[in-house]
Amino acid sequence: MSITVQEVEHVADLARLALSDDEKWQFAGQLSAILKYAEKLNELDTEGVEPTSHVLPLANVMREDEPRPSWPIGQVTANAPEEEDGQFRVPAVLE
Amino acid sequence: MSLFELRLSEIHNRLHHKTLSVSELTEASFRRIRETDDRIGAFLTLNEEEARRQAKELDDRLAAGAERGLLFGLPAGIKDNIVTEGLRTTCASRFLSNYNPIYDATVMKKLKAAQAVTIGKLNMDEFAMGGSNENSAFHPTRNPWDTERVPGGSSGGSAAAVAAGQVYFALGSDTGGSIRQPAAYCGVVGLKPTYGLVSRFGLVAFASSLDQIGPLTKNVEDAAYVLQAIAGHDPLDSTSADVDIPDYIAALTGDVSGLRIGVPKEYMGEGIDPAVKERVLEALKVFESMGAAWEEVSLPHTEYAVAAYYLLASSEASSNLARFDGVRYGVRAADPDNLLDLYRRSRSEGFGPEVKRRIMLGTYALSSGYYDAYYKKAQQVRTLIKRDFDRAFERYDVIIGPTAPTPAFRIGEQIGDPLTMYMNDICTIPVSLAGVPAISVPCGFADGLPVGLQIIGKPFDEVTVLRAAHAYEGRTEHHKQRPPLTL
Repeated sequence: MSITVQEVEHVADLARLALSDDEKWQFAGQLSAILKYAEKLNELDTEGVEPTSHVLPLANVMREDEPRPSWPIGQVTANAPEEEDGQFRVPAVLE
Repeated sequence: MSLFELRLSEIHNRLHHKTLSVSELTEASFRRIRETDDRIGAFLTLNEEEARRQAKELDDRLAAGAERGLLFGLPAGIKDNIVTEGLRTTCASRFLSNYNPIYDATVMKKLKAAQAVTIGKLNMDEFAMGGSNENSAFHPTRNPWDTERVPGGSSGGSAAAVAAGQVYFALGSDTGGSIRQPAAYCGVVGLKPTYGLVSRFGLVAFASSLDQIGPLTKNVEDAAYVLQAIAGHDPLDSTSADVDIPDYIAALTGDVSGLRIGVPKEYMGEGIDPAVKERVLEALKVFESMGAAWEEVSLPHTEYAVAAYYLLASSEASSNLARFDGVRYGVRAADPDNLLDLYRRSRSEGFGPEVKRRIMLGTYALSSGYYDAYYKKAQQVRTLIKRDFDRAFERYDVIIGPTAPTPAFRIGEQIGDPLTMYMNDICTIPVSLAGVPAISVPCGFADGLPVGLQIIGKPFDEVTVLRAAHAYEGRTEHHKQRPPLTL
């Protein structure tokens, strides 16, 4: 499996990363090598083998729906890069 | 002799008889950090003011005759991916260089309840991705045994701080070996509990189906004490197991007669340094002398574990790290053109190369058209690896082998080659995929560098793992060796 620079750009777009040209070339090479190594898994016949997403025998964990106090807004926004009137400020989304 | 060489019971005895105070213990920790950390680089943030306040409060309580908590007065270092209320938590990432959590992780609440003193936050590979601490955005941590070498990772700061006598114990986190491998490289004890035994609430998520918090200590007894303090069900972590917590300290009987040990041939073959293999064989002789018996076992899917792990852990990471968007916390790129530009540039400026590489790998493995070929395939292989362990544990009480294939490598030696770096985790990753507990204990040296013995147990059978490790430690002097850190 070889990853092209175009594929790297596509994946970077999905991952919301802006990569430099150097990074794109570097990742194309490194990801190709890692995925080539991962092809090793195809040596194994996994037909009918259940996938393990999680080792514990847990399904949905339920709890009572009891109201609890929320964090004060001032604390929630305390780490925000930009904050205004108790809200997170971002660039305009709508034109 | 350093105060931190004393056994926990002796420290508590001296505190009880007022020949030692918590403030003195706390100052001893800060003094040692001042003397050594310019060479080691274990700490990212010190908690001096609050630790002194906490120490004084504990001394006052002691003077008033109050009951002592399990870890009363002990100076603790905390890996910097465990959130600490009001104390900067960076995950060794530029992205979180200014992040001050507004709450404590559950393990921090438990440490406070046990009355340990938080000394500061420890260096690591960025977001716990790496095995050398070279991926810290701030500075690398150096191995106290040889400062030209890595301490291992990702909990490298935790292992180095304990080895250098800067703290009495540390907390780390382990996803594919990140407690055990640095413990081995630095000659200390590191325990990865069964997945689900310790709450992950407040542990900044890397790979949620694998991450687990555990102790790094100078000896097995201390590891049992710390585990006792932090284990237990937490309603805030729906994956934390609702199991009864046994008495881990009472489990340290020294008796391992009749213990059945399996030694995986895959952990003792190609790629394992001959000196490391030799130390493991010597350790097995010690177990024999105590009435335990060992034989070779096969964990046939071991060679597929690293590939499966990097696909699964990176996929989970790519999803978990989506939260770092430059809106609610962390850094934000200057003058973004629009919201998308803000996300992209904040993340690209905030994350280091290994984190980007794993986000890219994970995003690729989860993307349309590749999910079945990579992600689902890796999950199926995970099932096969787990079955290897299930089968072995039908015949054996514990599985023993090396923690890492080699001793600590040189700084810079592997940083350009991700795949070689990933192979250092060949003996720890299968254990993580199976979710079972394992401890690394010092078992001697190779070329003057510490070697770790890995003892792996059945799910939630930390009692047997700790008992075996403690009995072995009691027959050897390796854990008493200290790095030659001259002042």
